Amino acid sequence: MRIGVFICHCGSNIEGTVDTATVAKASLDFPEVVYATDTMYACSEPGQDGIIQAIKDKNLTGVVVASCTPRMHEPTFRRAVERAGLNRYMFEMANIREHVSWIGKDREANTNKSVDLVRIAIEKLRRDAPLSPSKFSINKRVMVIGGGVAGIQAALDCADGGLQVVLVERESSIGGKMAKLDKTFPTVDCSSCILGPKMVDVAQHENITLHAYSEVDAIGGYVGNFQVQVKKKATYVDWTLCTGCGACMEKCPSKKNPDRFNEKIGPCTSINIPFPQAIPKKAVIDPTTCRQFVKGKCGVCAKVCPTGAIKYDMADEIVTEDVGAIVAATGYDLFDISKVTEYGGGRYPDVITGLQYERLLSASGPTGGHIKRPSDGKEPKNVVFIQCVGSRDKSLDRPYCSGFCCMYTAKQAILTKDHIPDSQSYVFYMDIRSPGKMYDEFTRRAMEEYGARYIRGRVAMVYPKDGKMIVRGADTLAGTQVEVEADLVVLAAGAEAAVGAPKLAEKLRISYDKYGFFMESHPKLKPVETNTAGVYLAGSCQGPKDIPQSVGQGSAAAAKVLALFSKDMLESDPQISRVDIKRCVGCGKCIITCPFKAIKEVEFRGQKKAEVIETVCQGCGLCTSTCPQGAIQLSHFTDNQILAEVNALCQS
Amino acid sequence: MQTINLTRDYDGDFVHRVEEESGQNVSLCYQCGNCTAGCPYTFAYDIPVSQIMRLVQAGQKKTVLSSKSIWLCATCESCTTRCPNQIDVACVMDVLRHMARREGLAAVPQVKTFWDSFLDSVKAHGRVFELGLTVNYVMRTGRFWTDLDLGPKIFPKGKLSLKPHEIAGKEHVARIFERFERESNS
Repeated sequence: MRIGVFICHCGSNIEGTVDTATVAKASLDFPEVVYATDTMYACSEPGQDGIIQAIKDKNLTGVVVASCTPRMHEPTFRRAVERAGLNRYMFEMANIREHVSWIGKDREANTNKSVDLVRIAIEKLRRDAPLSPSKFSINKRVMVIGGGVAGIQAALDCADGGLQVVLVERESSIGGKMAKLDKTFPTVDCSSCILGPKMVDVAQHENITLHAYSEVDAIGGYVGNFQVQVKKKATYVDWTLCTGCGACMEKCPSKKNPDRFNEKIGPCTSINIPFPQAIPKKAVIDPTTCRQFVKGKCGVCAKVCPTGAIKYDMADEIVTEDVGAIVAATGYDLFDISKVTEYGGGRYPDVITGLQYERLLSASGPTGGHIKRPSDGKEPKNVVFIQCVGSRDKSLDRPYCSGFCCMYTAKQAILTKDHIPDSQSYVFYMDIRSPGKMYDEFTRRAMEEYGARYIRGRVAMVYPKDGKMIVRGADTLAGTQVEVEADLVVLAAGAEAAVGAPKLAEKLRISYDKYGFFMESHPKLKPVETNTAGVYLAGSCQGPKDIPQSVGQGSAAAAKVLALFSKDMLESDPQISRVDIKRCVGCGKCIITCPFKAIKEVEFRGQKKAEVIETVCQGCGLCTSTCPQGAIQLSHFTDNQILAEVNALCQS
Repeated sequence: MQTINLTRDYDGDFVHRVEEESGQNVSLCYQCGNCTAGCPYTFAYDIPVSQIMRLVQAGQKKTVLSSKSIWLCATCESCTTRCPNQIDVACVMDVLRHMARREGLAAVPQVKTFWDSFLDSVKAHGRVFELGLTVNYVMRTGRFWTDLDLGPKIFPKGKLSLKPHEIAGKEHVARIFERFERESNS
């Protein structure tokens, strides 16, 4: 083998604390090295050209680049050596930036360590073999999990791009949180009026299959070929017959159940269609409150249903959908305000969340769009809004900013004045965060035109007194304590990861942060990708987002899926495990160990053997350390290669 | 209003000592004002507690240590309970009180005198002797008539004994005081 070694300065990033020329010189003493040099920026165009030129001039058959982490530029250099005619796996990288120059200041020690790392890379390279990827076909269907505005946008864009889309929604209607909003900021246009057409498009698009009232049960497979089991929860109503006429809701005798769509601020019937614009507009029976289920007798809905759609004996059903890519758009849920006991949320009826207030403002809400406070139905005159309830609060383990509360509170203050002209709004805030187009102007308008009184400070307690809620807070700008006699207190509850998000992440094999939000592949450059190929993110499941951001991400995720599906075949990574059939004793330990179910048992001339399913193997290497025979080896990371690396380090 | 020169008037050593003695990181405070919002003594303070925190962050030693607020704080710990950043604000106030005392500052001298009288009583008797403490405090401050009306109410209930209750081992308590004086002087 003829090896060339390139030591990168990375400007002053490496050269500042590593003598790269000395490292290059030392490399020449290592076996099979015929050429070594230092270079200013190995990743730059002239840097790559230098590598290619050296391969040609010196007839190199393998290359080592000592520079940054392989996570940064391994693909770059692999492509470079490939352009020079070498196999892309005849290349090794020594990380002398993150592992050396950035973490130590001693130039001599750093230089010595760099020499060691180069020596290790050379020993591994000497045992590298050319590898070539195999190709596999892909299923050009996509699943979108979550039918909020982000999921709707992703589904519509994919479907318009000609893909078959399966949209899975947990609730009985799509629409998500946006469907619950009365108006949207900063334009104050009607939320359901702008969302409604999109929801109808989903229902009518020939490329979209909608599974409402369904949840993802299990996910198998890999990019291009996922098998997703979807649990269609029992609705006890045959949706092929249900016309959404609502006769059952009129007659249902169980009328006082907390309405989840109305954020439990109003009642609903046991058989229910959540809101007039629901898609699909189909009824669902809640068996925990329905008299037929609880008491065993009633059957009123079955009697009144004109199409005979009621089926009390319906059971959950599992359907399997084969798709090539998955977009997770599972949204967020609200912080539980009863955890902030000093505000009395959950204890006092007139302390409510911002989303509950939206339902009071909404014409399709429980009060028909008239603001009535929950305790006595009176129209409130003084409304206090408290920001950052469950946001920016380390003591509640919610240190992050929920992002959209400042804006929706300003909107609610404006709407309060619109609904009740002689009302007065007070907003307790810490900072006003409004970095969006026309956003800051909007919050100013709430103050300047609508007379909302903004008070900079937090609230320490809320307590009832003579039919009012007394709000005691601070005005830090005035440097004093303040009190407001409120009729209604609205808490801007922060956003949290959706209930069950971590469990779904585990099924999708993607990471999530400590708060349950899904992790993107790169915080800046790969915001909708995940570290699992073929799985993308859209909307608030990745972190709190407002509507335009969620819509933007829905479209971005769709673009990623369309790009993935623009190829007919995908290349599989050849860095996977392979079984040496002569050594395999068929013990099956690797089959049990493999976290991806990528190894199966086969029979070979009457003997049990292990076999790797190429497309499923992720190359983690667990099987190789489990195998008692050394029969299963991870290509490009064989036992011999790793031992050679250890030897190079320990015997130098 | 006086201009504070943030370059020249920032006392980094003061900030460091407050943090060290209280074990709190004052830069965690983002000035939400929840301590002031909950504080039952804001009505009597010259500087609200949230602004004390801000002045500590800004290294304004003289303003902080000569404030009345640090002496009026009752250590009820509402501020500590409410702080979203889990700063023990009451502890910071306590540390500031100690620092002011060491600097010979006491913006509300009666409070300092009361503490002195209290501790003198504990040092002498091993526990507090209420009547002695009262007499001592009244003599030092000259507040003869304040609280006099309380006497007839609590005497019959036996709350104000004429003789001190000596405790067993009071010399051990006295030794604590001696050790404190020795170590704080060294």
